[in-house]
Amino acid sequence: MMDLVRRILEGDRRALARAMTLIETGDPASRVILRQVYPHTGRAHIVGVTGSPGTGKSTLVSALARCFRRRGRTVGIVAVDPSSPFTGGALLGDRIRMQELAGDPGVFIRSMASRGHLGGLAQATGDLVKLLEAAGFSLIVVETVGAGQAEVEVARTAHTVVVVEAPGLGDDIQAIKAGILEIAHILVVNKADLPGATRRVAQLEAMLSMGSPDAAWTPPVLQTVAYRGDGVEELADAIERHWAFLSAEGRLEAFRRRQAEQEFEEALRFEAMRMLRERVLDPERQAELVERICQREIDPYSAAGKVLAAIRG
Amino acid sequence: MERKIRVLVAKPGLDGHDRGAKVVARALRDAGMEVIYTGLQQTPEMIVEAALQEDVDVVGLSILSGAHMTLLPRVTQLLRERGAEDILVIAGGIIPDEDVEPLRQAGIAAIYGPGTPTREIVEFIRAHVRPR
Repeated sequence: MMDLVRRILEGDRRALARAMTLIETGDPASRVILRQVYPHTGRAHIVGVTGSPGTGKSTLVSALARCFRRRGRTVGIVAVDPSSPFTGGALLGDRIRMQELAGDPGVFIRSMASRGHLGGLAQATGDLVKLLEAAGFSLIVVETVGAGQAEVEVARTAHTVVVVEAPGLGDDIQAIKAGILEIAHILVVNKADLPGATRRVAQLEAMLSMGSPDAAWTPPVLQTVAYRGDGVEELADAIERHWAFLSAEGRLEAFRRRQAEQEFEEALRFEAMRMLRERVLDPERQAELVERICQREIDPYSAAGKVLAAIRG
Repeated sequence: MERKIRVLVAKPGLDGHDRGAKVVARALRDAGMEVIYTGLQQTPEMIVEAALQEDVDVVGLSILSGAHMTLLPRVTQLLRERGAEDILVIAGGIIPDEDVEPLRQAGIAAIYGPGTPTREIVEFIRAHVRPR
């Protein structure tokens, strides 16, 4: 495993791809890998791109990656698409829109299925980002599944969140609802060559004029036509501006502390659950309790209490 | 997390008919696999690089242009050069009978013509995918 990690740090793409699979499948080796790459993470600028299905996220990510390559950055991309809740299968189609990045050794693209995880990302997305960081990519783009209103998890992974909209989506009431628009550091109306773009921009600007979550940063509302690259330079500029903003006044440190806290709590929950299953909750015991809950013999909280009583001793 | 079979479905060459590729991609999805669909007009180099980045178990190539004797062996050759000959490579499309054996020799594990039941492809992949 040392060897795999060493190869990742040296920029070996196969080692990187293989380690991603190990982590995604929760292989026992993944712990060792993450432990060893962790000191090499925390350096890249992580940009989240989210928005409804069909707004053009993948095409925009592709255009953006090309733009940052021209600016001398290396770009890692993790693109998440949904898994079927019925078969567990998935059709991952984000690469179709990213063909112009093929053959560029400064770009690495990995498609991920959400594997039942809600929130817009997959369980292991954050860990795959860490591998890309360790492999030396300086800008990492995380593209979420087509997201509606509540898939706001990307805000925890990414320093800069770009929310992509398209003309004709929603009205001014949609724009003032809580959720995805609130997490945007940059708002983009893509497909701006279609009718209704300026109207959507006006609605979003009206929303922002009522206030934004961080008084010191008002999200810009930009227009792009991703397939022909219009507005992409301006978007890259805005992303760099946001990084400069974060880098000032201890904001980045605050972000990292918050992220560390969340990652720790998540790991704690995960490990606690694993320990419970190992020690006091085998599948039969679980099935028995579920059956009793189902029959209304016991409520879910009391059932959980019974399981925990066994380790309280 | 259980291990999912990951499949890259790609169309090498210049023909624009991807109906078959999409039908197969969908069938594999419905069989519980994770299918990375890369779309049309892929060079063998693009396909192999994508297969390595995605760390797939299987590459499925769809070709109707008649250039299969050039493009398909090139994919398996590039995979070998990159040390990834353990990836199962299968192909579908309009491929004359006399070309089937040479393609097998070149490392294409199975070749499917029009009208193949998708179940057959699913079963072949499940039976022949490399153990990890």
